[in-house]
Amino acid sequence: MSAEPALRPPIANPVRNVLTASREDTSIVNIGPSHPATHGTVQIIAELDAEKVVRTDVHCGYLHRGFEKECEDHTWHNLMPYVDRLNYCSALINNFAYCDAVEQLMGIEITPRTKYLRTLLAEYSRLADHLTCVAAQLMELGAMTGFLYLVTARDSIYEHLAALTGARVTYSYGRLGGLAFDVPAGWFQRLEEILKDYERYIAMVHGLVDRNRIFIDRMRNVGVISTKDAIHWGFTGPILRSTGAPRDLRKDTPYLAYGELDFDVPVGIKGDNYDRYYVRMREMDESVYMIRQLVDMIPDGPIMVDDRRCVFPEKELVYTEIESLINHFKLVMEGPVVPSGDIYVAHEGANGELGFYIVSNGAGQPYKVHVRSPSFVHMGGVHTMLNGYQLADIVTTFGSVNMIGGECDR
Amino acid sequence: MSAPLFDRLREQLSPGEAGQEGQPSADMPVICRGVQHQVLVFALAPSAVLPVARRLRDDFGFDLFLDVTAVDWPGDALRFEVVWHFYSSTDKVRVRLKTRVPEQAPAVPSLAPLYGAAGYMERECHDMYGVTFDGNADLRPILLYEGFVGHPLRKDYPKQKEQPLVPYLPPQSALVR
Amino acid sequence: MYGKRLPILDGTGATAGVADAPARGHTKDASFEFLTTRKDELIGWARKFSLFPYPFVTACCAMEFMAVSASNYDTDRFGAALPRFSPRQADLLMVVGTVTQKQAPILLKVYEQMCEPKWVMAFGVCASTGGFYQNYASLPGIDRIIPVDIYVPGCPPRPEMVIDGIMRLQEKIANGRHPIINERF
Repeated sequence: MSAEPALRPPIANPVRNVLTASREDTSIVNIGPSHPATHGTVQIIAELDAEKVVRTDVHCGYLHRGFEKECEDHTWHNLMPYVDRLNYCSALINNFAYCDAVEQLMGIEITPRTKYLRTLLAEYSRLADHLTCVAAQLMELGAMTGFLYLVTARDSIYEHLAALTGARVTYSYGRLGGLAFDVPAGWFQRLEEILKDYERYIAMVHGLVDRNRIFIDRMRNVGVISTKDAIHWGFTGPILRSTGAPRDLRKDTPYLAYGELDFDVPVGIKGDNYDRYYVRMREMDESVYMIRQLVDMIPDGPIMVDDRRCVFPEKELVYTEIESLINHFKLVMEGPVVPSGDIYVAHEGANGELGFYIVSNGAGQPYKVHVRSPSFVHMGGVHTMLNGYQLADIVTTFGSVNMIGGECDR
Repeated sequence: MSAPLFDRLREQLSPGEAGQEGQPSADMPVICRGVQHQVLVFALAPSAVLPVARRLRDDFGFDLFLDVTAVDWPGDALRFEVVWHFYSSTDKVRVRLKTRVPEQAPAVPSLAPLYGAAGYMERECHDMYGVTFDGNADLRPILLYEGFVGHPLRKDYPKQKEQPLVPYLPPQSALVR
Repeated sequence: MYGKRLPILDGTGATAGVADAPARGHTKDASFEFLTTRKDELIGWARKFSLFPYPFVTACCAMEFMAVSASNYDTDRFGAALPRFSPRQADLLMVVGTVTQKQAPILLKVYEQMCEPKWVMAFGVCASTGGFYQNYASLPGIDRIIPVDIYVPGCPPRPEMVIDGIMRLQEKIANGRHPIINERF
């Protein structure tokens, strides 16, 4: 049993509420930041007219852990684990977007094998991310079976990625100029098995919820947003696509190997919760389709570029050659040399446009790493999807936005 | 890349063609810095931000506000560089606007009247750098909390300077307990 | 100790749990009318299998928390299955993920709302020590504001590690003191 807590002064309130009841018959309700309805740490202060939400004030920042300040204190290599923990549902996409930004700044072109492997792994991560999002959304509606099916499918992906990268959730697998190591033997065979498993589970989930009366009643015509509003509030990714706008960076400004792939951009009809759910489900199918194409396209060859500015020399050479030893020492102690300048590179993250704005002053540490995180932008406009609906709809709408704390608050 | 749009932008926004260098001034408020890594860059005087952003949105179809942030260059006369990014959904290109403001009065116009998305990001930038956005009525802390003194992403803010809301207990150790 | 049998004595003084105890003229050899044990041991045994966790889920570790509570790893087996989303109904506070300075007052408030007996698990290295976020924003370990019973390191910890943590916590509960009336009893 724990010890008695010491006598404390009153607990400070970290946010200031500016919402007061605008009419006599309304009341102010606080939801979060530690609340089952808000997966992730967000605080919603809502003005209610009986059960109906009149106005909302969304506060985030409860997971602000100083990502940008930490980046300025680490070398270009060493901040890779911090980048992972932005969107921890799909850490590899963050990883590769950051690597891509720094590589473009350095003028490095990655090898073909790395290019295809990164594309494959980004899609695989997107699959895991959407599985998590849909699973959490179903759980919040009480559909526990769907949650268990999807998390089981996700867990085999995690184990599979752990076989490749050594970690289940936060991989730190990208490197400047390549990847940490090559794919182990038998990995692609297991990949196909997992994709088959995934299809089995996803078919069961489709059967469980797609035409389920309760599910449709909770999701259809709830949290509706139009394309015009979505763009005004800066929404990207599945939320913007659910409104019917086929905007996807993988198609619009193809990066990595997306230009050579055949895939559709699924869009919704009216931008409600059901559309967002279905867009995510369809995107997972597209990701699987892309992964299957990519498995056949991956060429043999090296995974690291031959560039001594950022790539570590072979360990054998470090122990036998003075040049490699010095190279290794400089890379570890001073960091890679990135030419000064600034760059904005955006990848299509699982939630939307994930942009890295990086400023270098030529030193081994970044001068500034700013992330344009989709979740944060979505939090800025989520009140348009909450106002006017029932209090209970906050749960479903918030689940369908898929706010990821690490990415939102950084 | 949509080069014709970039050419049009360059001609119409920065007619003087002052070249790559130089700072924007009152008589030359917009200077084009050319295309850098597939993004067209303009350096602006702070007063020119709002009209240029409005033209970008209304005349050139930059409908998506991507980002606003600042870069701290301590020691410079104009210490903070505020950076905006815009995206055009039709032409699929990005534009970056930059402006420099001094440390004493770091104020730039707010773009929240034009783009809803700007409101939250300006609050973040205000938190982190202390840049004020004229016209944004709601500059409460968003990532930080009420009572936080200072702006943590300024270069002179020590990384480990904590401002706890809850007073700390003496450290526990699993070995002692 | 996890899985340890309670020292249960039947009326004759023989240990009931032992299979080959002789009946010695008793007709009720398969049952017993009373048993003797230590009060702390009995209550500890009952409490360790009825943990109701309150998941204070903030960050990356939530992914592993989901995995632990889902089918593959299934904390149901340890009696720690049903998350209670009201701190007043919970007795195990699982702090899953980074706690920042902004979040600290909320964590303290949740902790103080929980009724005794209560235990705290620091899930992941950020909750334990702050992890590699040593800066102005994050709390250097939740034990700077609330007492912690068990630390599960890892960034994030593997599900096996979490299960190990739960088992060690159960061990700690089983071996602990459990005052029920006043401080002495």
